[in-house]
Amino acid sequence: MWGLGTRTTDLTANGVPHHKSGIQSKGEAARARRGNHARLQPSCISADLPGDSSLWVEISDAVSERDKVKFTVQTKSCLPHFAQTEFSVVRQHEEFIWLHDAFVENEEYAGLIIPPAPPRPDFEASREKLQKLGEGDSCVTREEFAKMKQELEAEYLAIFKKTVAMHEVFLQRLAAHPTLRQDHNFSVFLEYGQDLRVRGKNRKELLGGFLRNIVKSADEALITGMSGLKEVDDFFEHERTFLLEYHIRIQDACLQADRVIHFHKTGLAEGFNPISAALNSLGTQEVNQLKTSFLKLAELFERLRKLESRVVSDEDLKLSDLLRYYMRDSQAAKDLLYRRLRALADYENANKALDKARTRNREVRTAESHQQLCCQRFERLSDSAKQGKPHSPGAPACRLPTLPGSLFLSSPELMDFKSRRISSFRKNLIELAELELKHAKASTLLLRNTLVILKGEP
Amino acid sequence: MSAPVIFDRSREEIEEEANGDVFDIEIGVSDPEKVGEVDQCTSLSMFSKSEFSVKRRFSDFLGLHSKLASKYLHVGYIVPPAPEKSIVGMTKVKVGKEDSSSTEFVEKRRAALERYLQRTVKHPTLLQDPDLRQFLESSELPRAVNTQALSGAGILRMVNKAADAVNKMTIKMNESDAWFEEKQQQFENLDQQLRKLHASVEALVCHRKELSANTAAFAKSAAMLGNSEDHTALSRALSQLAEVEEKIDQLHQEQAFADFYMFSELLSDYIRLIAAVKGVFDHRMKCWQKWEDAQITLLKKRETEAKMMVANKPDKIQQAKNEIREKVTYSGRQKCNKEKEILNRSLKRFEKKWEDLRQKERVKDFKTVIIKYLESLVQTQQQLIKYWEAFLPEAKAIA
Repeated sequence: MWGLGTRTTDLTANGVPHHKSGIQSKGEAARARRGNHARLQPSCISADLPGDSSLWVEISDAVSERDKVKFTVQTKSCLPHFAQTEFSVVRQHEEFIWLHDAFVENEEYAGLIIPPAPPRPDFEASREKLQKLGEGDSCVTREEFAKMKQELEAEYLAIFKKTVAMHEVFLQRLAAHPTLRQDHNFSVFLEYGQDLRVRGKNRKELLGGFLRNIVKSADEALITGMSGLKEVDDFFEHERTFLLEYHIRIQDACLQADRVIHFHKTGLAEGFNPISAALNSLGTQEVNQLKTSFLKLAELFERLRKLESRVVSDEDLKLSDLLRYYMRDSQAAKDLLYRRLRALADYENANKALDKARTRNREVRTAESHQQLCCQRFERLSDSAKQGKPHSPGAPACRLPTLPGSLFLSSPELMDFKSRRISSFRKNLIELAELELKHAKASTLLLRNTLVILKGEP
Repeated sequence: MSAPVIFDRSREEIEEEANGDVFDIEIGVSDPEKVGEVDQCTSLSMFSKSEFSVKRRFSDFLGLHSKLASKYLHVGYIVPPAPEKSIVGMTKVKVGKEDSSSTEFVEKRRAALERYLQRTVKHPTLLQDPDLRQFLESSELPRAVNTQALSGAGILRMVNKAADAVNKMTIKMNESDAWFEEKQQQFENLDQQLRKLHASVEALVCHRKELSANTAAFAKSAAMLGNSEDHTALSRALSQLAEVEEKIDQLHQEQAFADFYMFSELLSDYIRLIAAVKGVFDHRMKCWQKWEDAQITLLKKRETEAKMMVANKPDKIQQAKNEIREKVTYSGRQKCNKEKEILNRSLKRFEKKWEDLRQKERVKDFKTVIIKYLESLVQTQQQLIKYWEAFLPEAKAIA
């Protein structure tokens, strides 16, 4: 088993590694201290979360042990249903997933976009690389080894920070949503001191979940293919077409962005490394004027590499992560539309059943009440998606789902999705451009300085 | 008396071999530094015209090189190395593949040949060589047949090379002159380092090309996303992003080109130069070996003579004496000695020349190219700045 010891302020491994015996550190914990809270927040998602300070959630600390990550969730709230105003608990990734599933399966929230669950912390790739490094490659010099180790540790830390941010944003969206924040499970999650005893899904459950997804998409295809089912609301028709296409496109864009980043990192940025090393050894051997030139060039390429790495990581954060998050969020929006469609189909079926019952004059009552329920559910979902606050259950009469105009009550889910998306993209694209400019200017300066030196030498 | 400016421009067209495929390449060889060289021996200008062009095959270049090498290498001059034959490259070109790799190959070859000629004419001694002048001037050259890679002569040369390599392994030179040993080691090291650097630069070129391909794919994807986005300002910004990425992809391709033609090719040249220098060392070794062998034979013959003397067989003695005189005449030994002396002297002269080379040509050459390369990198960054600065207002316009 393998653990890594790192601290954000002081990157040290356990002892000085002799590169033959490998890295030794077992069980040391990695901590991410939240000195500056704004720094760790993924700016791509936390943009403009409607905030009121009545419920403030953050992940104040995180520890990586072996194969688990433990998050310390801290809450500050003046809401009445909490026992204290400030408290914190320790949660693991599985508990976040449990919370997410609880929301999804809750019928009450069927009309809302459930914030996408945070991805599982995945340090596999990073760990493998560090392990390989530890096993020792005897052809690597001591300095190269130290450099590689430092880079891998930095990579590990970056992944760690990202996963903390993802989990935090999930909770913060829940806390910001007027309806979701009041959920009982959410309070339990935030408050209950003990382990929630939520085990990770076993294989059967995972399989079940996977099958459910298949059934869902098959169902969706069926419903839309249903001859009798007509989308009566143009708004939803438009939204559905839009979301379907958008989701596919953003998925593709996310994939391509990941590939670009991969090649940029492992290819171009890392490609400067051997050049720098070779120039260095040439420089140390040469005994004439070219010596200083070689050494200067070696230094130049080393610094260019560092700059390129920074460009890559910025692109990763601002572009790749942005696309990924909205891919998930658009999926959640699609899910909402699906639920509504399902409700519509149920409503239609109930209507048919009621008609049949009336003609047969049997069980009319049950059919009627069932139909009413379906109608209400459908309306609720539609309203919530389109307009906002769901109607209180038990509305007097059932009417056709088309609602005149758009009565703005509170943030309608789909509008919310749109505005979130727009502001996130805006923020991130601006920051991406600014960072690219910054790095390009730095590179230019570096190159120009080196040129001055080279030209100046006789 | 000052010699006139010998070349203003000498243009050459190269016709590639056989199969009717003709690729016309123009090489410019300009030689401004020759102005002012005084040639004591003749009062005629060395060349009949001031500007001329000839057609030469690639094998002609190789023929020229082998002639010059055989004449000057053993005297200790560094004869600039000729570009290598590439069977794969030529086959592709002959087959008539119109893809970018064959045009690249032709371009590579053209540039290498140009550099080769320029190096050769820089040498004051080589410039006066009649073979070189014939090469540059005469409209018809006798075909250099034995440069074909797979010809009998070519194979013979390969066999000789292999024999040389074996030779080198078996003989152990007793280097009385430490200077030679040191220099040889230095060259070995330099060779290794240059090869490593060269390999890593070639890898960089590959990586840049890969990155460029992926950036293009992302650009398309971003454009599609922009299309499906229903908020107009965001949609426009995404399309702009796609355009920026596409331009960046182009940029990467151009930079890869520069990486290659400036940096990588420069290094290949120097690696070949080092190989030529090593050739001189090898030649010296062979000479020494011949001399050693001659010594040993002489010793044996003397032993035989001594034995004969002891055994007191007058007729055999006479025979032995004759053999000695036959096998190893004083003049023969003298000749080997002389060769060794010449080689020693020329290598000392080479030492001076080498310092010259290092100080002047090599330093200037290398630096010039590196400076050009770095300036190309600066250009790329400037373009990046331009593109992102154009994009920024679009991103800010998202409302």
